Amino acid sequence: MDDFLLRALLAGAGVALMAGPLGCFVVWRRMAYFGDTMAHGALLGVALALAVGAPPLVGVLVLALVLSVGLSVLARRRWLSLDTVLGVFAHGALALGLTAVAVMATRIDLLGLLLGDVLAVSWRDVALIGGGVVGVLTVLAVAWRGLLATTLDPDLAQAEGVPTRLLDMVLMGLIAGVVALAMKVVGVLLVTALMVIPAAAARPWARSPESMAVLASVLGLVAVAGGLGVSMAADTPAGPSMVVVALGLFVGGSLGVAGMDQLRQWINKTS
Amino acid sequence: MNSEPASVSPTPNPARPLVALHGVGVQGGGRWLVREISLAVHPGEIVTLIGPNGAGKTTVVKALLGLVPVSEGRIDRPQASRIGYVPQRLTLDPVIPLSVARLVSATRRAPRARIQAALDEAGVGALIDAPVRILSGGEFQRVLLARALLRDPALLVLDEPMQGVDFAGETALYDLLARVRTTRGCAIFMVSHDLHVVMAATDRVICLNGRICCSGSPRAVAELPTFQALFGARAASLALYPHSHHKEPSACDLPSPPADLPEGARSHHG
Repeated sequence: MDDFLLRALLAGAGVALMAGPLGCFVVWRRMAYFGDTMAHGALLGVALALAVGAPPLVGVLVLALVLSVGLSVLARRRWLSLDTVLGVFAHGALALGLTAVAVMATRIDLLGLLLGDVLAVSWRDVALIGGGVVGVLTVLAVAWRGLLATTLDPDLAQAEGVPTRLLDMVLMGLIAGVVALAMKVVGVLLVTALMVIPAAAARPWARSPESMAVLASVLGLVAVAGGLGVSMAADTPAGPSMVVVALGLFVGGSLGVAGMDQLRQWINKTS
Repeated sequence: MNSEPASVSPTPNPARPLVALHGVGVQGGGRWLVREISLAVHPGEIVTLIGPNGAGKTTVVKALLGLVPVSEGRIDRPQASRIGYVPQRLTLDPVIPLSVARLVSATRRAPRARIQAALDEAGVGALIDAPVRILSGGEFQRVLLARALLRDPALLVLDEPMQGVDFAGETALYDLLARVRTTRGCAIFMVSHDLHVVMAATDRVICLNGRICCSGSPRAVAELPTFQALFGARAASLALYPHSHHKEPSACDLPSPPADLPEGARSHHG
């Protein structure tokens, strides 16, 4: 296998492993739009980081932090619905990011940021993502029970002694981290898709939260490998191809479940 | 409104209270939701907070549990690990695949036998492996109660536990609570806007309408003008003759935990 393809596969697999369980929380907590906000903010983060000569990853994480704090402050005020606040932030950040990138046009590959460029990842990127996998999965394993309890009902969890505020911040931090790491693989426009779609595709088959998380990771892996294959065969951009395969898994799975339900009803009726 | 709570039959309990609120006030949206709340729950006691809609009952519960910041006053409460909380309503997203066993042990890892025991105690042992989304309202409340019992609480806090429960289920659930108190000796603090059954199932009633307007044994409170002003004379008659479905009218006034209800009395409505 070509070296660049191996790197792409490893980077994509790493992202899929992290995105599976995190994507479940995004789905369970209805945070898809939050993920988009993080991703769009990442563009601005890269531009600002380059402007001051910092590593892009740092820029993304700092901006994600600022966005998270701003969001939670505004959300608690309740002047506006969370939906509206996210809409303002997501598109505001995207517009600011695009403007900032345009100002520094010569130094940034805009299309690479928007759509990702997984075939161009370096071994350093792969190592970074590998570190991210270990870090994110460790934190998730430790915080899993509390995060799940908080997701089910924050008040009840807090009354039972779960540090819900802290865990909310941990989750936002993890999402921001995965967005930052996955940017190179799928780009800011489709980062959330890699979290949401495998988790959504896993839902009909899952009996427990844990099985949904594992299955989401597996489906993510399939999407990454399949997407790379499609990309090689048909010369399509790799990031979007991965999301297309994930979409295929979602649609196929949903139709399959619906079909099985129909079949079961029909059998029950006829027998 | 008279800010001085009219307290009837103080009967000071010598034991240290499990939880005590001292002059607690909670602000929200620039106004006072509740003020000057002083109350205590002692070991083995069933205390019910009643009041009309908007009286601030849930606010008091949330303050007691430490879920909302207190603007004035002080709260002495046990560690979270000793409190079992059954919230008013839990709307679980069906998007989370969850079994009853998993919901019950969400914050506390427990061996399956203990989960089964808690569910059995709450009368829903058969549902241990059922997906949460198929539960009825009454089953759901019982599952939440099992979750609270699994924590082996010294204090059970229930916020309107009868939401989505029909009348027969309601009396059965109150009987269950009385049984839990007798067998476990834990204290119960519960909230209700429904007087009918509550008055029968409680040792002490606290009437809330922004402030505490009266408190005492159900019978004594029911005769107070402040209570009748808040709930009407019909409520008082309900409270005075609360045992239309229980055969022992005096059981509710026993200062110590009453014996379990006779089987016949329960089957009468169950």
